[in-house]
Amino acid sequence: MNSVASGKAGLLAALLLAMSCGLLLMGVTVGSTGFESVSNMQRDPQAMLIVWDIRLPRTLGAWLAGALLGLAGAVAQGLFRNPLADPYLLGSASGASLGVALAMALFGVSPLATQWVAKLGLTGVAFIGAVAAVLLTLALAKGVQHTLRLLLAGVVVGVVLGAVTSLILLLTPEIMQAMQAFMLGTTAFVGWAACAVMAVAFVASLIAAWLMSHVLDGLALGESTAQSLGLQLPLMRAALVAVIALATGTAVAQTGLIAFVGLAAPHLVRSVVKTTHGRLIVLSSLTGAVLLVAADILARWLMAPQELPVGVLTAVLGGGYLLWLMHRHTGRGPGL
Amino acid sequence: MTGAMHPVACCARNIRASLGNVQVLNDISIDFPRARWTSIVGPNGAGKSTLLKVLAGLIPFEGASELLGQPMQSLPAKQRAQELSWLGQNEASADDLTAYDVTMLGRLPHQPWLAPASHADHAAVEKALRSTQAWDWRGRALGQLSGGERQRVLLARALAVEAEVLLMDEPLANLDPPHQTDWLLLARALVSSGKTVITVLHEISFALQADEVVVISAGRVIHQGPCGDAASHRAIGAVFDQRIAIHQLANQWVALPNI
Repeated sequence: MNSVASGKAGLLAALLLAMSCGLLLMGVTVGSTGFESVSNMQRDPQAMLIVWDIRLPRTLGAWLAGALLGLAGAVAQGLFRNPLADPYLLGSASGASLGVALAMALFGVSPLATQWVAKLGLTGVAFIGAVAAVLLTLALAKGVQHTLRLLLAGVVVGVVLGAVTSLILLLTPEIMQAMQAFMLGTTAFVGWAACAVMAVAFVASLIAAWLMSHVLDGLALGESTAQSLGLQLPLMRAALVAVIALATGTAVAQTGLIAFVGLAAPHLVRSVVKTTHGRLIVLSSLTGAVLLVAADILARWLMAPQELPVGVLTAVLGGGYLLWLMHRHTGRGPGL
Repeated sequence: MTGAMHPVACCARNIRASLGNVQVLNDISIDFPRARWTSIVGPNGAGKSTLLKVLAGLIPFEGASELLGQPMQSLPAKQRAQELSWLGQNEASADDLTAYDVTMLGRLPHQPWLAPASHADHAAVEKALRSTQAWDWRGRALGQLSGGERQRVLLARALAVEAEVLLMDEPLANLDPPHQTDWLLLARALVSSGKTVITVLHEISFALQADEVVVISAGRVIHQGPCGDAASHRAIGAVFDQRIAIHQLANQWVALPNI
């Protein structure tokens, strides 16, 4: 790493952290009851409740979910050496959807009274569905050693599980609306418990990914060269797939299918600084976090007191960004 | 060759290897002498690159192979990576890494897990990049370099390993004539400092600049001998169906089309 790029990476990290702090503060003040809740916090227990138990955890939750997706995206793009790889490509998204759809169809959409209990159940089901889908992809690809086979198996699993989910929706139309909310992604239900789960998963995935970051660097030179450098590819590939599954599964379980954050975050970092995967993973996590918190605040504020599903915003913003990236370098192949 | 060293760099015994269902190497046995530059030549599909991969321990094979006197199978990956450097063909896609970072990857075999690059690592990277005239654009990403510039960075990456044995598959790919000449001088300098160089080169005139030539056809070794020998030239002419002729010109051997 030469000093210019190193300085640039440090600067970007500092900027992203500052933005995170600013956005977390902003996230606390935006909501259906507006800024008054913050100014009245000392006197009004209800305002305290709104800020402390609703706004703060959901803002923090958006940050953590974005970080998990940004991290999974950077690892997936490095592992598959494919700039279009996104965290959901191993089938975790469609697995989680199927799990949630099955649970809703079997147990019904819960009435408001038991919402918290049901919510906890759905989170668990979504996580199990995500992990089961990844395992199914691995089984179809006969292991993790052929990345192209893994990609294709992921596509197959995604399509087939998606079809089953659609069938369930068709048969039980009453779950359609609740299911739609999940598929678009939302941070509205994230509480302190969810934050804690995501924080643990994020720290674990970040450490694991960072420990294996030089494997991703080596892989960028091709499998043979990576192997010739003494890297233990079979073991490392399995561990990296586990990191993607854990990070994505946790984020999907808590916030539903949030589009484009995992795909766009690594590209956004690379368009600013060309760096090795150790830094890319950290920067991509921070970028994903900032993106999702910003989108979440925007979603709450645009039509306040109504609220847009945050997944709609990330899809529109992320799609627009990718389009811009594609047309920015028309002369040379932009790697997209 | 210095006295105490094992005189053979790479040794292959009864090697059979397949790509998919096709057997590419049929019972190859060969020794590559130490501190020499050996060229492997042969027609397309003869198994040259596959043999190089077997020697590097990169693909499964039947038979036995040794690196510097030690059986390949029992060699720890890290030790193998320090002793043997590999430059593949059409491999890299590291478009988003800078030339410096790519070259630094050549130091991975020497670095403890997660340790930051040492002074020796930085020195080796600088030396390697300077020796392929790639130092000036060390800060540029590989995706922003031309094919020849990229090849010089990948070459520097292979040199940065500072391995005893260098295996290179088409190292001259995309290089312009001045840098092809530079590469020749570099290979000779490596050999005179005691390193072993084994290359696959489809350009016969360049292959004949080596010390020894190994002629391969249909997965078998046809001939091994000094590049200047008439017998070597006859063997090369034979595997290429006499479609090329080897002439001496300005004290060098050149292969010309036989028309």
